[in-house]
Amino acid sequence: MKSSASKKLNIPDFRFTPTIDKVGVEERVARIQSRSIKKESKVEGMKMALNMIDLTTLEGKDTPGKVKQLCYKAQHLHDHYPDLPTVAAVCVYPSMVKTAKKALGNSGIKVASVSTAFPSGQAPRNIKLDDTKFAVDQGADEIDMVISRGEFLAGNYDFVFDEIAAIKEACGQARLKVILETGELVTLDNVRRASEIAMYAGADFIKTSTGKIQPAATMQVTYTMLMAIKDYYDKTGIMVGMKPAGGISKSKLALHNLIMVKETVGDDWLDNEWFRFGASSLANDILMQLVKQQTGAYQSGDYFSID
Amino acid sequence: MAKNKQQKAKASKKKTWDLSPAPESTSHVQLKKKYELYIDGKWVKPTSGKYFPSINPGNEEKIADVAHADAKDVDKAVKAARKAYDNVWSKMSGKERGKYLFRIARMIQERAREFAVIESMDGGKPIRESRDVDVPLAANHFFYYAGWADKLEFAFPNRKVEALGVAGQIIPWNFPLLMAAWKIAPALATGNTIVIKPAETTSLTALKLAELIHEAGVPPGVVNVVTGFGDTGAEIVNHPDVNKVAFTGSTNVGKLIQNAIAGTKKKSTLELGGKSANIIFEDAPIDQAVEGIVNGIFFNQGHVCCAGSRLFVQEGVADQVIKKLKNRLDHLYIGDPLDKNTDVGAINSKEQLDTIRKYIEIGKNEGNDIYESSCNMPSKGYFCKPTLVLNVAQSSKLVQEEIFGPVLTVQTFRTVDEVIQKANNTPYGLAAGVWTDKGSKIFNLTGKLRAGVIWANTYNRFDPVSPFGGYKESGFGREGGLHGLEAYVKLA
Amino acid sequence: MERLGILKTYKIYIGGKFPRTESGRYYSPKNASGEALANICLSSRKDLRNAVVAARSAFGGWAERAAFNRSQIVYRIAEMLEGRRAQFLEELMKQGSTKQQAEKEINLSIDRIVYYAGWCDKYQQIFSTVNPVSSSHFNFSAMEPTGVVGVIAPEEGSLIGLVSTIIPIIAGGNTVVCLASEKLPLCAITFAEVLQTSDVPGGVVNILTGNEKELLEHFGSHMDINALCYAGASEDHLTQLNKLSTGNLKRIRNFEANCMDESSQSPYFIQDYQEVKTTWHPIENIGGSTSTY
Repeated sequence: MKSSASKKLNIPDFRFTPTIDKVGVEERVARIQSRSIKKESKVEGMKMALNMIDLTTLEGKDTPGKVKQLCYKAQHLHDHYPDLPTVAAVCVYPSMVKTAKKALGNSGIKVASVSTAFPSGQAPRNIKLDDTKFAVDQGADEIDMVISRGEFLAGNYDFVFDEIAAIKEACGQARLKVILETGELVTLDNVRRASEIAMYAGADFIKTSTGKIQPAATMQVTYTMLMAIKDYYDKTGIMVGMKPAGGISKSKLALHNLIMVKETVGDDWLDNEWFRFGASSLANDILMQLVKQQTGAYQSGDYFSID
Repeated sequence: MAKNKQQKAKASKKKTWDLSPAPESTSHVQLKKKYELYIDGKWVKPTSGKYFPSINPGNEEKIADVAHADAKDVDKAVKAARKAYDNVWSKMSGKERGKYLFRIARMIQERAREFAVIESMDGGKPIRESRDVDVPLAANHFFYYAGWADKLEFAFPNRKVEALGVAGQIIPWNFPLLMAAWKIAPALATGNTIVIKPAETTSLTALKLAELIHEAGVPPGVVNVVTGFGDTGAEIVNHPDVNKVAFTGSTNVGKLIQNAIAGTKKKSTLELGGKSANIIFEDAPIDQAVEGIVNGIFFNQGHVCCAGSRLFVQEGVADQVIKKLKNRLDHLYIGDPLDKNTDVGAINSKEQLDTIRKYIEIGKNEGNDIYESSCNMPSKGYFCKPTLVLNVAQSSKLVQEEIFGPVLTVQTFRTVDEVIQKANNTPYGLAAGVWTDKGSKIFNLTGKLRAGVIWANTYNRFDPVSPFGGYKESGFGREGGLHGLEAYVKLA
Repeated sequence: MERLGILKTYKIYIGGKFPRTESGRYYSPKNASGEALANICLSSRKDLRNAVVAARSAFGGWAERAAFNRSQIVYRIAEMLEGRRAQFLEELMKQGSTKQQAEKEINLSIDRIVYYAGWCDKYQQIFSTVNPVSSSHFNFSAMEPTGVVGVIAPEEGSLIGLVSTIIPIIAGGNTVVCLASEKLPLCAITFAEVLQTSDVPGGVVNILTGNEKELLEHFGSHMDINALCYAGASEDHLTQLNKLSTGNLKRIRNFEANCMDESSQSPYFIQDYQEVKTTWHPIENIGGSTSTY
């Protein structure tokens, strides 16, 4: 559907995407990080953040057992705390999709699968398409693809665009998140350009990183991508979601991300339909902060299950 | 597409996530009920026995009473400064003078939070600014000039450097502590003694600074603080034993001062008004430029002499920039200056609020398209919504005159030459902003804009090492950096 | 039969041309022995107005010249002056100098012009700074000329007075409207002829002759003059200029130095007519120690 929409769009020349002044972005982000989020707004924000997490395990040593545990945790974040939301999704490799899907049943929690020769993306297109189709066939609700960073850096923007469009088609009903791997793109100008390529090619979400490369989801990068989303929305009327992933492990940083969403793309994006955190340890930090708010006592990790 | 619209509609229905109040604590602030004059190292009652209230513009409540100095008090202060100059300060080595300044810098840092809170209570500026900008910059200013005190011969090659004597200094209400630092630090570093008058609406941090200077052990009479209104300032300007007049404030008063000291040997520096252009080209980093526009005009409620109050946008991006700007305006928090999330605080005084409103009224009568931020407004205190005046003519009063509030005029342009002409078409020449991705264009503009400070791809940045001051009717002399020393020395 | 000499008509110098005063008035200054020097133009406020227009229109081009080029042009003034020694010698002596005094004044004037020719592309390096700000910005302060500068030349020193006041001002890229010494005006117009033949663009220097008291008010109140150099002798006139100058906040400099003394030449006289312009630009420091990206 998005691809049919994109055919009607005027595809811009990606060589001439807007430039970004990095120092200005740093100043803006510093302003956002000086926001003070207290009391009710803090609790509300943290619950919202929990509900936006893509609880993730992407390791070579993952087993069905480990994934089942993660899926249980996704539904029972901390049973001692009443009325907690669940996370948004569980994010796994294609081989684990079936296991996850079964473990999550009708909890409403989505299964996201990485694909396209994640994390490097160094594979021929047919393999990437097969990888994607496999994940979708296994029941994945969402696909997290990686772009071909080498082709992007070599200036082959059409290649990158076509590949995303092809994967989008292979996704069928699954929503497509496009990982830019910003740590390898290096400049914010590149981040902006890659964001536009992904959105015009049909991305439902744009996502910062695989989590395998540092730096990952810095505030500067997420800000740059949010502003690209905002401009795209203003031009086309199409909402695209945002997923910072990698490096967000503290609730304070998560809250600053949410403030940033509020002050850039606006309140409409403050929903797990449009904003996600790709994270593995963020949930527990938020839980500890929530219990601290409730009891007044600073918390220990020993009282919160690790997965 | 249809699905997206549906999702959008659904998303719009959810309630918004709002920030809870986050007020800075005032419990550690020490304020007296009544402030006397600081003359010759002592707190003395005003001869007239008169006091005036200092009002918190954020809630219209009185904070303290402040002494109103008259001619006799000013005379006492100048005599004390002269005595301190002759007997102590002019005889002290630069190295020792510098140590006092270093000490003051350190003590401001130690008490930074207290200064920030008082600054926001007394002047209405957001605590985020007084905490992150005013107070640290004030401390840094003392620290910077402290280091110059024993190195002056390196600042003026081939010249012998001498102090002027007694400096009379009059400062405005928009950056009360910072302006005191800008005036006091270079004057003391170069070996002058001081009689300084803060603005009547914002005397408190200058008085707190006097307490601190006293505590730092600065010899009596080296720094004297006299509080009061314009009449007090006039007494300083006209006092025959003042060698130097340093003034920051309106161009009108600056001209009166210049006239008053004509025919005397008094040296002067004037840092006056402005109507600075902020110029956005099509190839600018647009989102950062929008932030620069916001920072340029809404920083400190627009009470900034170098505020980027005239926006020029190249036609090709005008709609986009204005749309983004409106969106940004709607996300500004206006309200309690002490709330850590406040972006735009209170207008400094009722009088100033009336002035700003008068200009907005003129703008409306001229038939301009006026856009006001949709932000919530507090019910008490002096507040003004961030305001855009769109499609305004170069000849409009709002483009020609300094408003000194959160009001931005927006004009479009087509060519480089056109915008340079319009930007320079003002009696002022304090600052300008240029936003473009092209280096050669930046240097073309920075060369041709007749202004003392040019911010290229940034705006409203300040630093103790960076000279600040204007061309034309924005005044003369520089404050900050090596060039700031020149105002307080005679060269032989 | 003895040949009848051709007398020089002393006109004024505006925009590179030599008009007569629009007022048609003249005066006849006399030397110490009571001998009339010449009929000299008694310039009016309208001449001043015209001169300021010429100076303003010459300003942009002169200020934007390469400093090296200004340096060469100023040097060229010295070359031309050297070639006209005899004429200046005659005029100075006619105005009351001894031959020795006149020669000294001419030599000093030529040397002073050469001195400032050398400064044209150097004072910037003395007075400009790169300022190490704490934030991620490059920040520098450079000198820029103030604009149109009015000069009331010293009463004494028909030639050296003009050179000492005008040359540092134009060396710094300003343009000048000068009122020459009222009692010793002869060299002023001859000096203007030197300027006109030495590649100095028309309008960069404009020279009027006339009465200080009459023109003072208009120098002081003219809204398109940015700075004034007062080298006259009257404290009252200086005070009056200071008061009038508040109209547009002219920078007023009182030139008190003795022109025959070495102390009356220095780059600080160039700096007196310079504005400090400070420019900021962000520095992107990818991978720098403070970078979080």
